[in-house]
Amino acid sequence: MKNKSLKKILVIGSGPIVIGQAAEFDYAGVQACRALKEEHIEIVLVNSNPATIMTDEEIADKVYIEPLTVESLSKIIEQERPQGLIATLGGQTALNLACALDKEGVLKKFNVEILGTNIESINKAEDREQFKKLMQEIKEPVPDSAIVSNIEEAKAFALKIGYPIIIRPAFTLGGAGGGIAKNETEYEEIVHQGLNQSPISQVLVEKSIAGFKEIEYEVIRDANDTCIIICNMENIDPIGIHTGDSFVVAPSQTLTNNEFQMLRTSAIKIIRALKIEGGCNVQFALDTKSKQYYVIEVNPRVSRSSALASKATGYPIAKIATKIAIGYNLHEIKNSITNETTAAFEPTLDYVVVKIPKWPFDKFASGDRILGTKMKATGEIMAIGRTFTSAFKKAVTSLEEKSVGLLNREFKDYSNEQLKQDLSIQDDRRIFRVAQAIYNNIDIETICQITKIDKWFIAKIKELVDFEKDLKEKQISKALYLEAKKYNFLDSEIKELCNCRQDLLNAFKIDSSFRLVDTCSAEFNATTPYFYSTYDEEDEVLEYKEKSQEASKKPKENIIVLGSGPIRIGQGIEFDYCSCHAAFEIKKRGYESVMVNSNPETLSTDFDVATRLYFEPMNVEYIMNIIKKENPKGVMVQFGGQTAINLAEKLNKEGVKILGTSIESINAAEDRNIFEKLLKELNIPQPKGYAVTSVTEALNAVKNLGYPVLVRPSYVIGGRGMQVVYNDEELITYITEAFKFSNEHPVLIDQYLEGMEVELDAISDGRDVLIPGICEHIEKAGVHSGDSMSIYPSQNISRKNEKILVKYTTQIARKLNIKGLLNIQFIIKDDKVYVIEVNPRASRTVPIMSKVTGIPMVNIAVSAILGKSIKRGGFGTGLYKKTNLVCVKMPVFSWQKLNRIDPALAPEMKSTGEVLGVDTTFKRALYKAFLAGGFKFSKAKQRVLVSLNDHCKKSALPMVKRLFKHGFFIMATWGTHKFLEQNGIPSKMIQKFMIDKLQKRMKDGRLSFIINTPTTGKNSQHSGFQIRTIAQMYGVPSFTSIDTANAFLTAYKMFDKNTVLTYDTITNYRKKNLLDMFNLTK
Amino acid sequence: MGTLILQDGSVIKGKSYGAIGGYMGEIVFNTSITGYQEIITDPSYARQIVVMTYPEIGNYGINESDFESANPALVGFISKNCCNQESHYQARYSISEYLIQKGIVALYDIDTRSLVKKIREYGTMNAFITSADVDDLFIKKKIEEIQNFKIDASILDTVTTSEKIVYNPNGKINLAFIDYGAKKNIVLSLIKRGCKVTVFPSHTDADEILKGKFDAVFLSNGPGDPAEYTYQIEQIKKLTGNLPIFGICLGYQLLALAAGAKTYKLKYGHRGGNHPVINLENNKVMMTSQNHGYAVDMMSIESCMRPTYKNLNDNTLEGFEITSLGIYAVQFHPEAKPGPEEGESIFDEWINIIKRNLKLVNEVKNEK
Repeated sequence: MKNKSLKKILVIGSGPIVIGQAAEFDYAGVQACRALKEEHIEIVLVNSNPATIMTDEEIADKVYIEPLTVESLSKIIEQERPQGLIATLGGQTALNLACALDKEGVLKKFNVEILGTNIESINKAEDREQFKKLMQEIKEPVPDSAIVSNIEEAKAFALKIGYPIIIRPAFTLGGAGGGIAKNETEYEEIVHQGLNQSPISQVLVEKSIAGFKEIEYEVIRDANDTCIIICNMENIDPIGIHTGDSFVVAPSQTLTNNEFQMLRTSAIKIIRALKIEGGCNVQFALDTKSKQYYVIEVNPRVSRSSALASKATGYPIAKIATKIAIGYNLHEIKNSITNETTAAFEPTLDYVVVKIPKWPFDKFASGDRILGTKMKATGEIMAIGRTFTSAFKKAVTSLEEKSVGLLNREFKDYSNEQLKQDLSIQDDRRIFRVAQAIYNNIDIETICQITKIDKWFIAKIKELVDFEKDLKEKQISKALYLEAKKYNFLDSEIKELCNCRQDLLNAFKIDSSFRLVDTCSAEFNATTPYFYSTYDEEDEVLEYKEKSQEASKKPKENIIVLGSGPIRIGQGIEFDYCSCHAAFEIKKRGYESVMVNSNPETLSTDFDVATRLYFEPMNVEYIMNIIKKENPKGVMVQFGGQTAINLAEKLNKEGVKILGTSIESINAAEDRNIFEKLLKELNIPQPKGYAVTSVTEALNAVKNLGYPVLVRPSYVIGGRGMQVVYNDEELITYITEAFKFSNEHPVLIDQYLEGMEVELDAISDGRDVLIPGICEHIEKAGVHSGDSMSIYPSQNISRKNEKILVKYTTQIARKLNIKGLLNIQFIIKDDKVYVIEVNPRASRTVPIMSKVTGIPMVNIAVSAILGKSIKRGGFGTGLYKKTNLVCVKMPVFSWQKLNRIDPALAPEMKSTGEVLGVDTTFKRALYKAFLAGGFKFSKAKQRVLVSLNDHCKKSALPMVKRLFKHGFFIMATWGTHKFLEQNGIPSKMIQKFMIDKLQKRMKDGRLSFIINTPTTGKNSQHSGFQIRTIAQMYGVPSFTSIDTANAFLTAYKMFDKNTVLTYDTITNYRKKNLLDMFNLTK
Repeated sequence: MGTLILQDGSVIKGKSYGAIGGYMGEIVFNTSITGYQEIITDPSYARQIVVMTYPEIGNYGINESDFESANPALVGFISKNCCNQESHYQARYSISEYLIQKGIVALYDIDTRSLVKKIREYGTMNAFITSADVDDLFIKKKIEEIQNFKIDASILDTVTTSEKIVYNPNGKINLAFIDYGAKKNIVLSLIKRGCKVTVFPSHTDADEILKGKFDAVFLSNGPGDPAEYTYQIEQIKKLTGNLPIFGICLGYQLLALAAGAKTYKLKYGHRGGNHPVINLENNKVMMTSQNHGYAVDMMSIESCMRPTYKNLNDNTLEGFEITSLGIYAVQFHPEAKPGPEEGESIFDEWINIIKRNLKLVNEVKNEK
């Protein structure tokens, strides 16, 4: 039963979104907080990520948006005195922090109990050696492995277990220096190389199980020792590719009951031996030719896989894990789905779920696409279908790529020889290569042999490919059309393949039907408002609606909210924040809210958020199917990022009402010509610009503008393909490349103004606007706003210009008749304000501004859309009064997961997440932002490498002087060294050919950070690029903007002065008065 | 195109993937995700048409080691999809090959979720399954026959062993095993624990067993309505008090009836691998494999019968014991196949009871 002594609990979040740790922990955290609220427990929440829903003051009682460090948490624990701590819901970050807090004695000192799985169990699961020992004790097989420090030891191991062997050097990043050896010669070579590269001269050698099936089990255990399996999942890709980068199917498809139960029994044995109390993920490798299996890994916490399992089954793992943590047993928790049974049961599915990762390689053309043991995907999509083929086809559509099908991709014209050769490449495109190979009649045995993908999956893909061939050859008929729809072919595909018109297809009168995700395969009457589309005869939406309307008597109108699909660079968790809040507010306003999204990691796809949830691709045809059933009052597109906005026009063409800002206005903001005219009419300055559709037009445009210019394609996410261009050659290359991505829309060429970048979000009802605040970027214009550090409230904008900003915003909002949110980006150069961009939708900064100002922006926006005037919103109009807090937003990157990508800041967005430093002064907030961003400050003698391009040498001089003044030891590349010498700053010269030496320095940790402003052009042969990528490999911070470096020095000075930081809730920071501020900064 | 005609009048068309023919039976559904081979060969499904709620069936084919009996006793099999491009190193047949070989009618491309909901709402019902695309006239004529169809006590004869067989003759514990349509893995589980298992046909007289110097009697699972098996109940009454008796599923129901309790038909039964059962002594919960259409009425049990397990979904009785008489029985399937394997510990408990009892008997003998 519930532990009654628990009155206050600390929940640790997972910090910024990085590859491998994304929105799934916001979903888990929110579920946890809700579960605790139900029990009337006070929640203290700490997370540095301001874009999360868990950091909302409605979710937790005390919200600390503070760095996630041992120091900050110790102080927060000291001032809050919680009785318990939940550490298993905030990913590896929270888990590591809890272990550190325990180790430092903080938990003991303040009497904080770790709830759920205890530290000892966590250590046993996390520590390789301890885990191996435990597995041996309970006789569960683990792959043979040994840690060796010389070639003799390595040889002895090989003699014992035979080849192939995996070699993993200790402490090298990205598995550098490792590999798989098939024989002695290869083995010796790789071990030798690994020992050399490892800083501690150690490598782990392990029996290779590459090619085994990879199977995962999601297990929950309570203190009563009841264990249940929520779901098992099979990776379509065999062992060797990180599960986060694998195509995954749930439940497993190729396991006999014997194998399924063998692994299930093993998983339960392990979770019992570890004494887990809560959720746990167990990964197995299973031989394809025998019952031999190995336990690969155990995660003693909720994970990305458990979020997927929750969405795949409807079983709320994080919520139940939380209840277990506070003392409940599974059979004491009511099953919220059937309302009759308990949480002690195992879900059973009557559908198939397919997950496909979303990789950032469309943005990072130069990135290394080879997948391995290190995760590279930023997000994922999930699709549900009644059969594997239908789920798989739907999943591919959910990727929101240019091609929605399996075929007709870049391998279309490959020869069979080429295809066969490439089939062994394990990258993000392999499944599409497989499909093309099948299409080209390469036999499936050969494909299986090369790819090691189970024949069952290959045969299923063949079923889809063969059907596509059928569609091409046969005359379309009602029966064939129905079959195509059952496979989830889109009308747009069918029309193209069958060469027929839409009205012909419409005449067949075939509608999709929706089914319920109910955890029990219809064995019990369930009430989950969670649907997926299929082409079964029966439809459960209407049945569901009838039932619920009977219950509530008066039918309500509904409104659809479009989510933002998979997390990718430029479209992150912030849009999930907005979508969820929109759904909440719609409900509050007396309507039913209907959520559509395809992302299993997020809160928006929790069936508790909206009145009804549809787990479907963000594709117009799928959404129209929903609209046919729901008959909504309208659709809100402004909260789901560019994904949702891009659907607006298509939906409008189908006669769907777009609620809020109209299509015409959206287009006016996105269409260069219209927008330019509009600003001219309003007499608002803007950088001169042109929209071009050819190279000739581009060259003409530049004649009028003069270099440098900013070029980018229109209608894009996160500034993909945006670049500052300095000469004709670069321009021509760019334009040619750009039309490869988007041929529907022109390329935009703007005059490049290097001034202060300013950004604001506003809410408008078409007449009045409310501007919660103005943010000022630290980096000058030219760095994508998502990658810039930014400050609220602005520190360097004059009253006069503030007024101008408000005036322009109001003018634009009125002119475009904006209903809802809008985001405007400005440049202030030479005291003149220019408008550079208007986004008639929610932006990345909406959650931040909502939190720091206390204005629930999305809620007010929804109200405005539904007709409530801003004036009556309770926060006034115009620019809201500045709060007394200062916050600094800092982007966080995932460089260590992605190889060969230039970390230089550019107009193209590269960060995956962000943190917020909040305090009462700018300097403190800045210092906190760097701490939250993971920067390690050190008092040891600091070595810095400075390498500046000619363009910025002069402007960088004061910064380098500061460096020198602070006692940094400066190393500089040849040109920079010369320049510094001329200006009286001593530095050690580094020759360009000394890159190897530099690498060694970075490897040994003898270089603290580098300051390197990139030269133009994207030539990877540039030494700057090389230096930056090496730094990225070894985790050495590199600043590529002088402004960021300056900010860092300010933070460093705070550190150097031994500034003692204090921590408070966001609510209190907003309330702090000037007197407090004075006391704190004294 | 095949046809399924239900007692409630609904007619459902599907594609045939099994044998040619038509059978009358009782339609039930099973929610297991894996284990179609074990389900198809589980004799408790005698005369039944089984609907699988999991849509993808046939993925790993049919192998030689996962049969629960030599011949399937069910008459029909239904799934959303079927896969005849199986992929598994153990597979010997595709599912279609096997079903055709064994004369089982099977249909796919049926909206099984709707069918399951029908069964859930209406309750277990009779149905006719055929591989043929029958017309309205046929259906009209058939419907009365469907409504009047009934599974009677003779069904036991179709699934029990025709003669006495001894397994593991060198086993230390001498068990009499009454086969009402036993699953292979029950016998295997006992052999694995050192039992010599003598399997008797379901109509065996109690005296024959009492003469056999057995250490205990084991009553198997099986099909049909337990209350109709009056002969078998009488034999059990005769055995009671003379030997420890253990029962699984039908064996459990017959033991309850012999002890004076009543059974009743569940609306749509328990068939699947995810049924939570709570041990009433220590409140431990385990996931069990279940397959039964009848239950022992909790309200009807005699005071000597101590309830041991309860189903957490619908609170039905899942086990009882009469320790003074050495009677122990469970409704669920500790032998799994298919389904979770946690129940296996019950075999250990029971074998320990037999061992303790033997020790006691020997001590008494020695004293004498």
